[in-house]
This record gives sequence, structure tokens and C-alpha cells, in this order.
Amino acid sequence: MRQQHDVAQLGMWVFLATEVLFFGGLILSYCVYRSAYPAAFAEAARHTKIIIGAANTAVLLTSSFLVAWAVAIVKLRQSRFAAVLLWGAGVLGVIFLVLKGIEYGMEYDEHLLPGLDFFYPGEQARAVGLFFSFYIVATGLHAIHVAVGIVVLGVIGARARQRAYSDAYHSPVTVAGLYWHFVDMVWIFLFALIYLPGRSG
Amino acid sequence: MSAPRNYLTEDNRLRSWFFTTDHKRVAVLYFASITLFFFIGGAAATLIRLELINPQGHLVTSDVYNRLFTLHGVIMVWFFLIPSIPNTIGNFIVPLMIGARDLAFPRLNLASWYLFMAGGLTTLYAMFAGGVDTGWTFYTPFSTMYSNGYVVLAVTGVFIAGFSSILTGLNFIVTIHRLRVPGLTWYRLPLFLWSLYATSVILVLATPVLAMTLLLVALDRAFGIGIFDPARGGDPLLFQHLFWFYSHPAVYIMILPGMGVVSELIAVYSRKEVFGYKFVAWSAIAIAGVGFFVWGHHMFVSGQSPFAGLVFSFMSFIVAVPSAIKVFNWTATMHKGWIRYDAPMLYALGFIGLFTMGGLTGLFLACLAYDVYVTDTYFVVAHFHYIMVGGMVTAYFGGLHYWWPKITGRLYPEYWARAAAILIFFGFNMTFFPQFILGIEGMPRRYHVYPPEFQVWHVLSSAGASILAVAYALPLFYLGWSLFFGARAGANPWQATGLEWQTTSPPPKHNFEGTPIVKRKPYDFTVKGKARAQNA
Amino acid sequence: MDNWASPASSLWPSSETAHAHSVDILFFGLLASSLCVLVLLFFLLLRFAIHYREGNARADRDHRIKKSWQLETAWTAATFVAFLGLFVWGARLYLNLSGPPANAEIIYIVAKQWMWKVQHLGGQREINELHIPINRPVRLIMSSEDVIHSFFVPEFRVKHDVLPGTSEEIWFNARKAGVFHLFCAEYCGTDHSRMLGRIVAMREPEFEQWLGHQDTTGTMGAQGKALFIRLGCSGCHGGNGTVRAPVLDGLYGKRVPLSDGTFRIVDERYLRDSILKPRAEIAAGYEPLMPSYEGKISEDEIVKIVAYLKSLGGKDTQP
Repeated sequence: MRQQHDVAQLGMWVFLATEVLFFGGLILSYCVYRSAYPAAFAEAARHTKIIIGAANTAVLLTSSFLVAWAVAIVKLRQSRFAAVLLWGAGVLGVIFLVLKGIEYGMEYDEHLLPGLDFFYPGEQARAVGLFFSFYIVATGLHAIHVAVGIVVLGVIGARARQRAYSDAYHSPVTVAGLYWHFVDMVWIFLFALIYLPGRSG
Repeated sequence: MSAPRNYLTEDNRLRSWFFTTDHKRVAVLYFASITLFFFIGGAAATLIRLELINPQGHLVTSDVYNRLFTLHGVIMVWFFLIPSIPNTIGNFIVPLMIGARDLAFPRLNLASWYLFMAGGLTTLYAMFAGGVDTGWTFYTPFSTMYSNGYVVLAVTGVFIAGFSSILTGLNFIVTIHRLRVPGLTWYRLPLFLWSLYATSVILVLATPVLAMTLLLVALDRAFGIGIFDPARGGDPLLFQHLFWFYSHPAVYIMILPGMGVVSELIAVYSRKEVFGYKFVAWSAIAIAGVGFFVWGHHMFVSGQSPFAGLVFSFMSFIVAVPSAIKVFNWTATMHKGWIRYDAPMLYALGFIGLFTMGGLTGLFLACLAYDVYVTDTYFVVAHFHYIMVGGMVTAYFGGLHYWWPKITGRLYPEYWARAAAILIFFGFNMTFFPQFILGIEGMPRRYHVYPPEFQVWHVLSSAGASILAVAYALPLFYLGWSLFFGARAGANPWQATGLEWQTTSPPPKHNFEGTPIVKRKPYDFTVKGKARAQNA
Repeated sequence: MDNWASPASSLWPSSETAHAHSVDILFFGLLASSLCVLVLLFFLLLRFAIHYREGNARADRDHRIKKSWQLETAWTAATFVAFLGLFVWGARLYLNLSGPPANAEIIYIVAKQWMWKVQHLGGQREINELHIPINRPVRLIMSSEDVIHSFFVPEFRVKHDVLPGTSEEIWFNARKAGVFHLFCAEYCGTDHSRMLGRIVAMREPEFEQWLGHQDTTGTMGAQGKALFIRLGCSGCHGGNGTVRAPVLDGLYGKRVPLSDGTFRIVDERYLRDSILKPRAEIAAGYEPLMPSYEGKISEDEIVKIVAYLKSLGGKDTQP
């Protein structure tokens, strides 16, 4: 069991390394264009919905807290309470997606989404378009990862409710927790790169 | 006399094959798939070489020719070379070599095959529905804005197959770290595993960058977001940096496993431990590590800064040093050994010769001022074929023959195998050496029609290709024959030392009776050449 | 298609510039080092494979060396030193390509699928042919109208990619008259292999004569000036507009301050980007008012305007 636990954890860490490289390539491209068009990117970033963004950050951070709590509590053999925590985190994930959907809707109405009736008045249109291309690809991919995470939390939560986990066997919870924390971390980076430029001072 | 119960005879229903989690059966599924892709890519190569006999080309139009070389590159790189040794020999042998019952994640292993097939079929559909004419490198803005081929579908197929690579690498890393039997320390691992470990690190870290790059190409082409289009503020050079950041390490995916196989073959067929084991082991890690820092040598004339050129050229010379170390150590292994000329050894010797030639020409390309002359010419084409075909494919065939008895329980016909190995060596050189000459004469690559003074070398090359085609077809026939009529193999026909040889041929489903305990280092042969098994 | 003369080549194209000759010497250096290694290696492999074959029981297999860090260090160090030498040699020769001499003849190249368009400063135009003087450096300023191409002259041993949206440069100095191959060396679509050209190198007097005989619609500078007026640039930059815009006379080659506190040298790239992406680098003390000409101006027009601006005086200009 110990070996299986180690194996599962190592597997998840290796998988997370691939995810770092995956998002890393995208973030690198974003940084290249941001250094090429600093003013336009700052202007574009001011059009993002920071209230929703900040709310989503709080939502994800809270959900990560619940997941960390669940991992700890499962080792204390309180499997059913862990199920509540995991499902709570999943619900917060759903709230994240709903808020994201509302945000996309607002941005669609404002013609800010490239490829979907994009229109931006003024000279900076092309660079603003590039910014929002990154925005939609990065947050879209992130949202897909959140959706997968919600399903995983749901399934693991259901099994926790059936007392499948204890101090002797809890690796699925740990491993799922690692994945969820990673998804949260990616959001922190995206939040800083997408919502915050151009808003200081 | 029928074979005892083994992983092949365990269950004969089709379902048991397509839902298997046995790493050995997954390996066999991969064998079948990559053989199919090899012959599809090879058919494209045949048409290309037929067309190039004539300077003005009469067989196909330029548009078809451009689709042919794209098909050849895409299929051979992603659907043959990258999975070749890791997913066939690797999948089969890795658990056996470490004494385990299976890989760390057997179901992920099966999933990786399905992903590979899904990606492969998607790409094949793109190729045959109308094709792609961008070259396997998909340079922008041609691929995003000007090509009228099935670019999005083709990159989607490669994207899907990338997950297969990632899962394979993940599985190997975790397996080698965690599933070794007692007594099997890192420095007692056969060198094949060190090479596969290094390969797996590259698979896991580089492939996601390719995934992102292809995703951006597909989005740019489908939605016109303009990330690689200068008219919309994009930068075509960004594509090249992102693409080569993956694709250079990818070429190490396409040689390290071959080097691992060669280490095994040289040891067994010299009946002697590999000279400088630790140097050979760590050189694999060094190649994988340094290999992430040389990608700009594909871009010396692209418009990247001269300073970047200096850095990448220097690093490219550095990355060649560990490869040289391996070649010197293999040669030293043969000194005072008991050399046998079995087919796998002929392949191993062929590898050392051809890989060294290819590697030395890599120095020509690493050298800035000379690269300016020969980049994008046939010199590069010859260079990478010497390494990928003369090196990796040769090693693949060597490993295939070496482990054939273990995998199938049959011996292949030795004289046919030796003849094929020698024919491959001669056919290969005749095909690709003239291409070095074409390159230094200034003939650019990806040319459908060409100036007449280049014709003599093209004719020689195509003649060699016809020999090579026959040579590669031969194993299909005699290996196939051996499946039904070959002599049955014992557990250890080569008297080798690894754990995989301490179980029956073919192995039972669970690999070993009981858990082997490892007591000694690999390749432990006496001065007289007698083998001492790792668990003896 | 077959529109250039085949040189009487031996095994490879003649080397027609000093740089090409140096590259050939570098090639021999690389070849010699490679052959040393290869011959030594093949000799050892063959010797060991034969002398130590299983059938030869009499070979001396005692006193085997098991491992030797001395040997490993020695051959690793030797390899590294040899590589370092080759790197330095190649790098120095390569850096020569980055610095075109000041008195170079400037010619503009615009590549498109699937032809090379050439514009001399005097307004002479060519398609798929480039007439150049010998014994004088020639500096090509190249851009593409569509995809990435690559300008490759085997006889000069030089090659450089030609990109859309930016200009790239290449220079060479032909030593004797002749006709040389021009190939496109970056795959660019259907007729990539037909995108061929001729470099026609002529002695100075014949070159001047050739220039004089061409039909021109004015020098590049004059054509650029006409465009400058027609496209509305002179409305702000002409000196008596109502909008305050930077003076362009004598600007080329100067070091100018930007609004973010950094400095730029006014070169080809700066001028091109100022036309296409004016908000990217705003001159200090000026409002960001200039509209972008992205999509409204062709590659040919850009090179003419840049040529005109260069002719307005400043450092390192040509008439």
C-alpha cells in the first residue's frame, strides 16, 4: 500500500510537471507579446472584469483550503466529513465556472473575444486582440482543467462517503488534492498576468 | 511440442487483446501499429525517391510532391520513430528488466496505445483526404494563413498522439523509480533503462510545449487570432522558437533509446561488461539535459540575433560530447572481449559507424559559418537520416532481433538476419551518402524540381533506396516466418545476464515466479565470457 | 525554369567571395577532424571485432582494464578542446556576416510566392535577377510579402531567411564577374523549387552602364517621396501641418529618446515599425497620434518610403 501510495504520488507529480510546461509555453508567448506591446496590453487588461476575477480567485483559494482540510482529515479517519469538504470544493469549482461563463458572456457582448465578432475601436486593436486571444485560450484551458477537477472531486468525494479511505489508504485523496492545488496555482498566475496589468497607480 | 502457458497463449479472445493491461500485450499492439506506419511513411519515401530520379519530375505535381514529403516526415517522426523503441521494446522489457510484474500504471499504458491510434488515424485521414503541404515543421505564416491543406486536422492528430508520449514517459519514470526489486540499485540497472529514463524525462517535459504550439497554430488557422501573423501584430519567429524547443529534444527521444539498446548488445555480444558504465549512464542524462538548450541551432539564418547564435552553437558542441563519450566507451568494451557476429551485433556495429558519421556531420551544422551555407540543403537531410535511420532504426532492428526470442518464444533464422543487416548497411549508405554531396553542392531541400547538374547524385540515392526498401522488407518475411516455423527458444538463448532472461521465453503473464532478488551488477561476465545472471 | 547558366562545377560550386573561400577552408578543417576520428574509430572497431572474435581463443584477454577515469577524462577533454576550436573558428567567420561595410551598395529585395523582386536605389527593377558590381560590398535589405523565404547563393556561401513584416539583411563582395545561382531555401509552397534566380556580377563600368540602360520611374528615393506625399505623411511630418510630428530630416542613424525613457537608433527596422506600429515606440515629447499603416501599404511601398527617409540626410545615408 505504501508503495502504491508512493507510486501514485510520484505519477501525479510527473503529470503536474507536464502541465507546468504546457501552460508555461503559453505564458511565455504571452510575455513575449506583452514586452512587445506594453501599452496595448495594459489598455486591454483594463477591460477585464476584475471584480469577477478577484471573486473567482477567492473561490478557488477557498476550495483549495477545503481540499487540504479533506486530505488531512481523511488520515484521521473522518472519511464522511472529508466527503463533505471535497464536495464543497467541487461546488466552489462549479461557482468558478459559472462566474467565468458570466464573464465570457459580458466580454462577448462587448466584442472583446477574437474569432467571435471581435471589434475594438482605435489604433491598438491588433495588440488588444492578441491579449484577448491569450485570455480566452489560457482561461479556457484552465476552465477545462477545473471541470475535470470537479468530476474527480465528485467521484473521490462519493467514495469517501462510503468510507473507502482511511489513514491506511488515502492516496486517491492526496493525489486528487495535488491536482486541484495545481489548478488553483495556475489560476493565481493567470490572474496576475491577465487582470492586474495597467491597473496600478 | 507446444509452448507452455505464457502471456500469448493466456487468453485468445480478441477482447483480451484490446482490453489488456498486460504490458507485454500492449507492446505487441504497438509493434503492429508502428510497423504499419513505418510502411506508410516508407511508401511516401519510395514515391519521393522515384520522383527525384528526374530533375523535372514526371510522376506527380508539385502540390502532391509537397504533400508527400510532409506525410513522410509527420508519419515517420511522430508515428514511427518516437514510439518505436520505447513503446515496443520498452513496454515489453522495462518491467522484466527490473523484476516487476508490470509497469506502474498498466491501464494508462493501454490508454496510451488508444490515444496513439486515435492520433494516428486522425493524421492519416488528414493525409489521405487531401493532405498537408507544410512540411512536418508547420512553419508559420505558411501553415496558418497560406496552406490549403488539412493543417488543423493534421496537427490535431499529432496533438492527440502527444498524450500517448506523455503517458508513456510518465509510466517509465515512476516504474523505474518505484518498482525495482530488492537489490536493484540505480548503478545495477542495465544501461537500456538509464537511456529510457532520460528519454522519458524529455517525453514528459518537451511534449507539452509541442501540444501548446500546435494548439496555437490550430486556433490561429481556424479563428484568425493572428498570433503568428505579422500583419496582425504576431511574430512568425515565435512559432519557430516554440516548435524547436520541443523538436530538438524530440530528436534525442529518437536516439537515446537506440543508444540504450546498443549498450545491451555490445555487452552481450562482447561477453564483457560495458566499459565506463557510470560515464555511459550519466551521458544519457547529460544529453537529455543539455538537449533542452540547443534549439536555436535550427534557426541560425532565421533572423534570430547573432548573440543567440553564438550561445546555441556553443551549447550544440557541448551536447555532442556525451555522445562521443558513449561511442568511445562502446569501442573500449569490445577490447579483450569475446566478439560474436550474430545479427544483433551486426546492427550494433552498424549503429556505431552510421551514428558516428551522422554525429560528426552534426558538428558541421553546429559550426555557425558552415551552417549558414548548408542549412536547408540536402546536407541536413543526410545528417538527420544518418542519425535517425542509420542510428535509431538500425538499433531498433538490433533490439528487435535480440529480444525476439524473449517476446515470441521463437528463434529467427540467423543467416537471413545477417544478410538483411548487411544489405541494410549498404543500401542505407548508397541512399544517403550522395545526399551529403548534394548538400555541399548547394541543392536546397524540399525541392520537387531541381537543376540538372544535381541529377547524378539523385539517381545514385534512388538506386540505394530501392536496395534499402528490399532490405527493410526482408525482416517482415523471415520474422513472420519464424513466428510459425522458427525453432523454439529457451529462456536465455544468448546467455545474457539481465533479469529478463531469467524467465521463460515467452514470459508468463505475471513475468516471474516469485520476486527476483538482485545480487550483482549487470553484464557480469567472467574473463572467459561466462555469464553470471543478476539474480544469481 | 532553367534560366541561369550552369557553372563548370567540380564537386561543389566555385567560391566567388573571400568569405566563401574562408568557408571552404573551414569545411576542410571540419572534414579533416572528422576523418581523423572516423578512421581511428573504424580501425579500432574492425581490429577488435576481428582480433577478439569468439573463435580466436589465443588472443590475450588477461589484464583487462575495467574502467579508467584517466582514459575517460582524456578523451572527453580532447573532444571538448577540439570542439571549442571548431566553435571559435565558425563563430568568428559567422560574425563577419553581421557587419556590412559602410560603402556597400544597397539593394532592396522583396520576396513573394514565387519570385524575387529587386529594386536598386536608382529605381532600376529586376525580377529573378540581381545585377551587382564586383569588388564592392553589396548589402541586400530583404523582406517578404507573404511567407518566409530564404535568399541563398551557394557560390557566396551565404543564406538568410526573408521574413514578412520585418527586414533582414545579407551582404557579400563578389570577386569576379560571372553568373551565379540564387535559390529559395525555405519551403514556401507549391513552386518553392521554381523560385530560382540569377546573380549577375559585373565589372564596375559595365554595371554602371547596365544601371543607366534600365527603365526607371525615378529613383527609389523619388518614388518614396511621391508616396510620402500621396499617403498623407507630409501632412503632419511636412513641417507646416497643424499636428506636431517629429522632423524626419537628418533622422536616419540618429539616437532618439522615446517616451518611456529608453533610446533607439533610427535604422531600417525603426522606420518600418514607425510606419506599421507607431504606438509601439513613441518619440519623447510627442503625443501618440500617428495612425498605423498596417494593411494599407504594400511591402514595395514601405521599402521606397524607407529609402526616401534615408535620403533625407543623417548618418550613414545614400543619395
